[in-house]
Amino acid sequence: MTATTKSLRRWGAVHKWTSLICTLFMLLLCITGLPLIFHDEIDDLLHSQVKPAEAPAGTPPANLDHLLANALARAPGRVPHFLIWDRDEPGAVWVSVGPTIDADPTNNLLVRMDTHTGAYLDSPDVTGRFTYIMLKLHTDMFAGLPGKLFLGLMGILFCVAIISGIVVYAPSMRKLRFGAYRAQRRRVVRWLDVHNLAGILLVAWTLVVGFTGVINTWADLVLKMWQFGQLAEMTAQYKDRPVPTKLTSLNGAVEVARHAVPGMTPSFVAFPGTLFSSKSHYAVFLHGDTPLTSRLLKPALIDAETGTLTDSRDMPWYVSTLYVSQPLHFGDYGGMPLKIVWALLDILTIFILVTGVYLWMRRRKAGVSVERAIANAASIDNPALTS
Amino acid sequence: MVAHRSLTQIFAVPLVIAIVSTVGLISALVGDGWWDAVSWVALGLPVLLYLLFIWRRRPN
Repeated sequence: MTATTKSLRRWGAVHKWTSLICTLFMLLLCITGLPLIFHDEIDDLLHSQVKPAEAPAGTPPANLDHLLANALARAPGRVPHFLIWDRDEPGAVWVSVGPTIDADPTNNLLVRMDTHTGAYLDSPDVTGRFTYIMLKLHTDMFAGLPGKLFLGLMGILFCVAIISGIVVYAPSMRKLRFGAYRAQRRRVVRWLDVHNLAGILLVAWTLVVGFTGVINTWADLVLKMWQFGQLAEMTAQYKDRPVPTKLTSLNGAVEVARHAVPGMTPSFVAFPGTLFSSKSHYAVFLHGDTPLTSRLLKPALIDAETGTLTDSRDMPWYVSTLYVSQPLHFGDYGGMPLKIVWALLDILTIFILVTGVYLWMRRRKAGVSVERAIANAASIDNPALTS
Repeated sequence: MVAHRSLTQIFAVPLVIAIVSTVGLISALVGDGWWDAVSWVALGLPVLLYLLFIWRRRPN
């Protein structure tokens, strides 16, 4: 056996095992990911929302202190964690409230407010929604951080399977033209052609979506890193100060942030004591206005006792990487046509997974493993497999 | 069936498609309007080619 054949067999084994281990989970991810591409449209279809009041262009936004007071009046005994401007609906602002400031924010109540009047709109419970269940299955299978990291590991295996797949594509195609589909042959041959064709056509997309998905599973860790890194550095002088008893104006804090970072728009505010801020600061996160810069956030830390700017810095590279990887995973950055293309590519990925499992089962039955098929490139024409 | 093909022959088309896909993935991130349209076409290409190759050789 030549060195090349030996190395190809090894690649074949890598392709087989990495694929087999991750396939079931990748199927789950592809199937739950499909409706998630259209989560906004599905939510609009299934759930009615109170519409914000019509506001002619140029209507000034409501005072945020007033808006916050209205929101808290609807959530007695709760404290605000975050104030979030709706990305898609400029007429709405969300206030995320929890029982205490250090409570787990994933269990928070979300209160939706009118941007221009500051009036209460509604506070939908999203946890029962179809899209929420899909999202939980897709991100952590209801198993929290361990579930997330596990799916990340499956994603890494998926990427290795794709790369090894490129290598074993070569011996498989030695006698075939690009795009060959032997329609007259038995199913095992036809499905091998589908597997090879779809697999090689989608290489770039599956690698990018797979790897950005892996990066997303590290989001919690990246946040922690930022908290103990840049955020701690920026607020070092406040470390031993007592927590402010009375908070300065939220509206004022956002104004100070706007002036400190000209040309950027506030995206959300983290209240003092939450994961995204120190105990003594409002952290106002601002974004740019191109598809790319709208994903990159820049925090401005406002002293919550004096209302003055403490510091504002660009986020470190590892946070920016996470933010840029999100649209590349979600496919939500090029309008509805891109979403549809994303869905079609997702369906083709399901084809690749299903045909892959089928080929493995058939070859196992026929006693022709991927490695052996590679060692003997002609074995795809083996009479045991083809008619 | 064709004669044995070299690695260059095998990977020429896939390489072009991978480059076009990458352009499509980045394009919509850079801007809106035409940039989005480039994305739709570039990423739609693999889907289109798939359908083309499968349908062209489908048995009657």
